[in-house]
Amino acid sequence: MTRDITFSRGDFFASIFSRARCVVLIALAVMIVVDSLAALAAPVTKASRLFYVGMAILLASLFAVQSASAQLIIDVTTSAGRQIPVAIVPFANEATAPQNITPIIGNNLARTGLFSLVTQTGISRLPSEPSEINFADWSTRATEALVIGGIYPSADGRFDIRFRLFDVAKKNQLASFSYNVTASQIRATAHKISDEIYEKLIGERGVFSTKIAYVLKRGPRFELQVADADGFNPQAVLSSLEPIRSPKWSPDGTKLAYVSFESRKSTVIVQDLATGQRKTVSNFKGDNYAPNWAPDGSKLVVALSKDSVSQIYIISANGGDARRVTESNSIDTNATFTPDGKDIIFVSDRSGGPQLYRVPVAGGAVQRLTFEGNYNVNPRLSADGKLIAFVNRDGSKLRIATLELASSQVSILTDGPLDDSPSFSPNGRTILYESKAGGRGVLGSISVDGRVKSKLSSQSGDVREPAWGGYGSAGVVR
Amino acid sequence: MKKIFIGLSLAILLAACASKDPIKAPVDSATPTPTSTVTQTPTTKPTDNTNISGKPMDDPLKDPNNILSKRVIYFEYDQDSVKAEYAALIQEHAKFLSNNRNRKIRLEGHADERGSREYNMALGQRRADAVRKATSVLGVSNDRMETVSFGEDKPKATGHDEAAWAQNRRVEIVYDGE
Repeated sequence: MTRDITFSRGDFFASIFSRARCVVLIALAVMIVVDSLAALAAPVTKASRLFYVGMAILLASLFAVQSASAQLIIDVTTSAGRQIPVAIVPFANEATAPQNITPIIGNNLARTGLFSLVTQTGISRLPSEPSEINFADWSTRATEALVIGGIYPSADGRFDIRFRLFDVAKKNQLASFSYNVTASQIRATAHKISDEIYEKLIGERGVFSTKIAYVLKRGPRFELQVADADGFNPQAVLSSLEPIRSPKWSPDGTKLAYVSFESRKSTVIVQDLATGQRKTVSNFKGDNYAPNWAPDGSKLVVALSKDSVSQIYIISANGGDARRVTESNSIDTNATFTPDGKDIIFVSDRSGGPQLYRVPVAGGAVQRLTFEGNYNVNPRLSADGKLIAFVNRDGSKLRIATLELASSQVSILTDGPLDDSPSFSPNGRTILYESKAGGRGVLGSISVDGRVKSKLSSQSGDVREPAWGGYGSAGVVR
Repeated sequence: MKKIFIGLSLAILLAACASKDPIKAPVDSATPTPTSTVTQTPTTKPTDNTNISGKPMDDPLKDPNNILSKRVIYFEYDQDSVKAEYAALIQEHAKFLSNNRNRKIRLEGHADERGSREYNMALGQRRADAVRKATSVLGVSNDRMETVSFGEDKPKATGHDEAAWAQNRRVEIVYDGE
């Protein structure tokens, strides 16, 4: 059974227009739900009907409570397989807290496509403490997991946030945490709680606390922005009238390497996100571009044209001399290290069109990796090194594809027509990429199995070249 | 008597020569006797010409009637070969560089928005490099030319159709100091 759910949440109070748009989207979602219910009348169970209704109600509540600080709009499309039904009960005192928590958690979980959110209408008393739980309320709603909690102001102006996760069938507690935080840390705490729930229910680490970086082009101005993984809470860490390109997170999540054109040519700069300190690490004659970090963070691989057309070089992350890795008469560019740091995957047009190749850092035989199509570029490796995400061009369509190294299996994940710059989530489940919608640059995300898609678009300007930070990026930039 | 005549003749000849060509016929230079007691002071100070620099009033690089003011070479989609129609333009710039040994150029390569953003850097670079090679074979040494690429990030035309893309697939010749 395939269902398409489209929802959006955003800067709800910012304008009547966006409110009207949300209403339209809700109507659209309800129409799709009704439509799919009609079309699939036979297999629809009471529980899934309740799910749809619940989803619509929950979405409506999401719109109503979202604060005006949000700057990205998210649309999710799911062709879901099995989803875990989770009930996230609004936390005690949440309505009077400076920042809501449960809508953020609900959105995080729903966006993975791995969870469905269970309706709570008709339950006489919503629990916030274990003693208040009536498990029958939830088992009749086919709920598998239940989240309860509260937010309590403490005397020093801080907040105590408590949450508990229950297995409804077994009636036992799976996790419980309490956090003492400032008002500005409530959103980050919501991400932390999402991570705990995800890890307990899915069995792998969540990525909700990590950060993303991307370039936002607003009129003539380029901004390098860092935001929460859900696209909210964006902050500009650099602004320039000259292009900014290719932001890449250091493995420890404390720095960004990127290409700047502020000296009217490309140079590679490393910027410390905590101090704001910037250092030009590659400024050789010609082009200095396509930086990527070595797994240990001590080196960068770059493409330089100082000796000929673009070749691959390795430089220290502090700058200095460049050691040449590739020796060809062709364009060699867009290199990325394998997770063990021993090999480099790169793009070369030595066979005509650009294709992906692999070469040992220490030097050695070059191995061609892609053979389908005549334009395969922008490789990025998953953290486990098993999967390469890249950009495939078919005719004029740019699409996100993956190559499984063990089987040489290529999968085309998106339809294009202008999808570019893929970046893996730290757990390797999701690929964030640059896309176009309505003539503007937006961020798309797709699960590596192609089932779950979402779009994040800024209300002003073109969003491009996303880079998903590693687990270490969680603590950087509040 | 004869000797005196010859001597006088020589003296007259020498004197005549002296008035015409003082360098070839130095006369016995008697110290000039001042005609008056007024001492002459120079009316002008020695010329200080260290801070004067002239600029040609008609810079051929800026003169719209001069081919040297044409700086843009356009390319076909996905191509980096320099079309024959630009041979004269490149030739004139090579000639100018040969005649002005202190000048340098930057060749700035660009791509249209189609294609991957990262790989378009390489395409812009290929185009700049093609113009460099074409200029180099005309005798301009490579250390006077720097090739740089902007990829697709500095479009000349902002549209999303072939008319705009054709404007954006280009190499611009930029002289030092411009």
